[in-house]
Amino acid sequence: MAPKQKQKKKSSRGKKSPKPILAASEDMEPVNMESMGHPEIYPLVLTTKTQEIFNCRIDEDVTDEQPYKLINKVDIFEDLRNRAAVSDFHPVKKIVQEYPGNELLLVYDKDFKYGLNFYLIGTEEGKENYLNPPEVPEEQEEYKEHIPEDVYVYKPPVSKPWVSLGSEKEIEEESVMESTKQITYMISQKRSEFGAPVKFSDQNASSVKDAYIECTAYPDKNFTLKQLEKDVGMQVIPQIKDTSTQTEWTYPKNATTQYYPREFSEEEKETLKQSKPLVDFLNNASISVEIALQQNEIMNTFTDDWKYLAEEEGTFGDKTDTHLKEYQSFTDLHSPTEKMITCVSWHPTIYGLIAVSVAVRLSFEDRVYFSGKLLLQPSLILFWSFSDPIHPQLMLESPDDIFCFKFCPSDPNIIAGGCINGQIVLWDITAHADRIENIKAGDSRSKKATLKPMFLLEPESNTEALYIRHCAVSSIESGHKKVITDIHWLSDTFEINRMGSVFENRSGICCQLVTCSADCTICFWDIRPQKPLTPQTTEKKKEESIEIPFDVPSTFLHLDLSWKPLSKIRLSKGETSLDYCPTRISLNEDHLLYKTEDKTLTQSKIVKTGEMNPYHNLESGMANLLKPIDDFCTKFFVGTEDGEVIYTDWKMKKDSETGRLMPKKPVSIHTIHDGTVHTVQRSPFYNDIILTVGGWNMAIWKEGVMTGPLLQSCCAPKMYTSGHWSLTRPGVFYIGREDGYIDIWDLLEKTHEPAQSQNICITMITYIKPWIFSAKQQFIAIADYYGTLRILEIPWTLSRPSTNEMTSVNHYFEREVKHLEYVEQRKNIREQEKKEMELEMEKKKIISVFYRDVLFPIPLRQKTYQKSKEQMEAELKMDYESYLELEKTVLINLGLLKVTEKGSYMDVV
Amino acid sequence: MAEVEETLKRIQSHKGVIGTVVVNAEGIPIRTTLDNSTTVQYAGLLHQLTMKAKSTVRDIDPQNDLTFLRIRSKKHEIMVAPDKEYLLIVIQNPCE
Repeated sequence: MAPKQKQKKKSSRGKKSPKPILAASEDMEPVNMESMGHPEIYPLVLTTKTQEIFNCRIDEDVTDEQPYKLINKVDIFEDLRNRAAVSDFHPVKKIVQEYPGNELLLVYDKDFKYGLNFYLIGTEEGKENYLNPPEVPEEQEEYKEHIPEDVYVYKPPVSKPWVSLGSEKEIEEESVMESTKQITYMISQKRSEFGAPVKFSDQNASSVKDAYIECTAYPDKNFTLKQLEKDVGMQVIPQIKDTSTQTEWTYPKNATTQYYPREFSEEEKETLKQSKPLVDFLNNASISVEIALQQNEIMNTFTDDWKYLAEEEGTFGDKTDTHLKEYQSFTDLHSPTEKMITCVSWHPTIYGLIAVSVAVRLSFEDRVYFSGKLLLQPSLILFWSFSDPIHPQLMLESPDDIFCFKFCPSDPNIIAGGCINGQIVLWDITAHADRIENIKAGDSRSKKATLKPMFLLEPESNTEALYIRHCAVSSIESGHKKVITDIHWLSDTFEINRMGSVFENRSGICCQLVTCSADCTICFWDIRPQKPLTPQTTEKKKEESIEIPFDVPSTFLHLDLSWKPLSKIRLSKGETSLDYCPTRISLNEDHLLYKTEDKTLTQSKIVKTGEMNPYHNLESGMANLLKPIDDFCTKFFVGTEDGEVIYTDWKMKKDSETGRLMPKKPVSIHTIHDGTVHTVQRSPFYNDIILTVGGWNMAIWKEGVMTGPLLQSCCAPKMYTSGHWSLTRPGVFYIGREDGYIDIWDLLEKTHEPAQSQNICITMITYIKPWIFSAKQQFIAIADYYGTLRILEIPWTLSRPSTNEMTSVNHYFEREVKHLEYVEQRKNIREQEKKEMELEMEKKKIISVFYRDVLFPIPLRQKTYQKSKEQMEAELKMDYESYLELEKTVLINLGLLKVTEKGSYMDVV
Repeated sequence: MAEVEETLKRIQSHKGVIGTVVVNAEGIPIRTTLDNSTTVQYAGLLHQLTMKAKSTVRDIDPQNDLTFLRIRSKKHEIMVAPDKEYLLIVIQNPCE
C-alpha cells in the first residue's frame, strides 16, 4: 500500500499530543507517530458513518486478516467536501492532499497501538512497507540500530587545548612548599686549629649566666580540662565485715594429771586364762609369731651390707703406710754436760707443749765424783713447744735431777716432780700461764710486740726462757730417802686419810699425791696445810724461815721444807730385811688419764666461781667431816726393781699386838720379768688390764685374775726399756728397746712377736708417751738416752681402730682368762692324775713285795700302810691264790707237773 | 590353762625373746613376763598403735584386715599379733 505521505515538517519533533478528535483547523498539523519511530503513521478515528462511506466498517470490511484498506484520494476529497469539518479525515487533509499517490492506506488499529482505532500511513514508502513488510520488521529495526557501531570509523584523538575543571586548586593545596626562606649559617675555624686535641669539661648549667633557657611549665587556663565525665565500673559483692578483738591473756599454768593403769586382779586373770577364746587365740597367734621369731633368728634382713663391707669411712692418708713419721725433735743445746731424758709429759690442755725432765747421764759413782760441778748446774724441766725447736719455752728449776713428774689433772699449772734425792718438788706456773698459752704456730720470737711482757724488770724475758723456781719441796727427813721412781696425783673424787680409808673429796681438786721410791716405801702426800699436831712444829717453822725470792708464788709456802707424807707403806718381804723396791705403781682410777680431764677441769672451774684458784686457798678446802666411800678398791699394782709384779692394798690395819698401823700383806706376787719393771700401766680402754714391761719381756695382766698374766711374751733379743698403751686402739701398745727400736705390738695381729719394729734413734729409748690432738692427728713422744726428744706422728692405721676392735680385744682377753682357768683346772686334774699314778705305783710295789714275801718268806717288814692298803693286801692274796691254781692246772695239762707232787707243793704254800 | 602356759613358755624360750605380753581388747594386760610398769606401757601404746594400723588397713580396703604387725627398731623388734579380742605382743632382740 502506498503510504500516504503529506508534506511533513521534519523540524517538528515536538511532543506528540494525541487528540482523539481534532478540531477542524487547516493550519493544524497532523499528528503523526514520529515519536514512536513511525513518522508516516497518522492515527485517525473513523466514525461508523465514515466507515460506511468508505466501506471500511470494522469487522466487515476490515478484519483481522485484512486490517487495511486502500482508499482513493478522490473519495477522501469528496468526503471532505461533503462533510468538511465533521469529516474524520479533516486532520489529515493536508497529508491527503500532499500524497503523491492515488490510494492511501488506512489500517485498522484494533489494539489501539497508536492510540486510535484507525491510522493512516502518509507515505508511499510506508504503504509499501506495510503491504510488503519485510520478514522480520521489528528485529530488523533493532539490528539496524546495531549496525551503525560496526560501521563506526576510528578517529584518532585530536589534541585539544586543556580545559581547566578546577583541579589546579586541589593540587595547589596538597603540594608542599616552603613557606619561609631557609636560614643558612656558615661557621669557619682557623686552619691551625683543625685536629687539635679537645678537652671537655663539665659545667653546671646554672652556674653560667644565660647558659640555658628555661621553659618552665605553668598551668594555662586555656588548656585545663575539666573532666565532666568519668567512666566507673561497679560490681556487686556480698557484704564484708572486719572486726578484731583483744582477749585477756591469762598466765600459763602447769597442769598435771595423775593416773594409774587399769589392771586385772589375779582372779580375773585366772578366769580369763582358762577361757576358751584365749586358748584359741593363742594357738592361732603363736603360729605366726613363731614364724616371725624364727625369721629373725635365721637372718637379720636389715643389715646394711655396704656398711659392713667397708671398714673405715675414709682413710686419711695412705693405708699401707704404717710407719711413724718424724714430726719434730727437740734437744737442749745449751747444757754443758750430757743429759738424758727421764720423764716426758704432754701439757694436758695446750696444744704442742711438751715437758721433759732431764737428768745428768752419770752413774752413781760419777755423780759423787762430780757432785761439786753438778751443784752449779740447775736441774731442769724443759717446756718445748712445736713452734720453736731450739729454745725451750719455760725451764723449771729443781734442787736436784728429777726422775719423774706429773701435771696436776685439775690444774695444769701445778706440777709435782720427784727428785733423785727423795724430795718432792712442786711448781706453780700460774703466773706464766699466759706466756705459754700464747705460743702459736709461727715465729713468736720476732714478734716481740705481740707477747705481753709479764715482768717489766726482765724485758728480755720474751727471748729467753724463764727459769722458774720451785714452790715447795718436801721435808728431807720425813720423806723418801732414795730416788723417787714414780709419782701420781690422786683423783679429785676421793681422798684418803692416814689409815688409808677412802673418803669423798669435797674440794673438787686433786690434792693428794702418791709416790714410790727406791727405799721400798710408798708414801701418800697431801698438799693442803696440815693441822699442827704438836706445838713443836711451829717452832720448827720459825727456825726454817728461808728467804724466798719475790717471784715465787706462795701457793705452797706452808709445805716448803716441812712437808710430811700422810702415810707411808713399807713393802716388806716378811721377816728378812730385804724389801721390795717399787719402781712403778698403778692405781685403780679412771681419772688418772689426762684424756678425761675436761670433765674434772670443768668441775673444778665451777668450784672456783670467780674466786682465786683453789690451790691458793687450800685451807678452805678442808672439812672435818667427810663421808667415807665404801667398797672402793684400794688395791693397786706395783712393779719392782727385781722384776716382780705385786698386787697389794694400801689400807692399813691395826696390828693388835703393837697397836701400830701396819700395812696389809700383798694379795699376790709374781716374778715374771728378768729386770726392773719400768712400766706398769692400765689400758685406757679397760680398767682392769695392766701392761707390765721389764727386763726382756712384757706381760699383760687382768686385775682379779691371780693365777698369772694373761699374756707373757717370750724373751726379746734386746732389753725392753719403756712401754705405753696406744690411746686409741685397744689392742696396740708400744715398747721401746735399748737399741733405739720401737716395737709396735698388735694383739689382734700377732701375740708372739711385735707386729712392727721401727728404728727411731741410736740409743736406748727411755720414755714413750703418745698423745691425741685431734681425730686425725696423733703424736708420740719418744725420749732417748742422749737427751733428744722426738715427736713422731702416728699413721692412720695405727691410730684408727677398726670397727670391732674393742670387742675383739675383749674376746681375746676373755679367752685368755678362760685359758688360765683351764690351765688351773688342768693343773688340778694333773694333780689328781699324779696322785692316781702314785697309787698305781704303790700298788705295784705291794705286789712285788708280797710276791717276795710269800715265795721266800722273810720276816715281814713292818710297813705302815693305811687301812685301805690292808684291804688291798687281802684282795691281792686272793688273786694270787687263784693265779697259783691256774699255774698248776696249766702245768699239769702240759705234763710238767705230776699230780702227786702237787699235794706237797700245796702244803708248802 | 596349761596350754596357755605351755604356748607362752614355748614363745619365750625362743632365742633373743625379751618378753611376752597378752593383752585384752581394751589394752589391759592379762599375762606378762615383764615387770609391771613396762608391761603397762607396752600394752597401752601398742594397743593404740594396733588399732590405728588396723583402721588404716581397713580404710584402704574394707575387705582387708591386719594380721600381723612388726616394728623393728635399733635395739629390738616388737611383734604384735592382733585378734578380735586379744593381742599378743612379743619383744625380741634379733641381733646376734
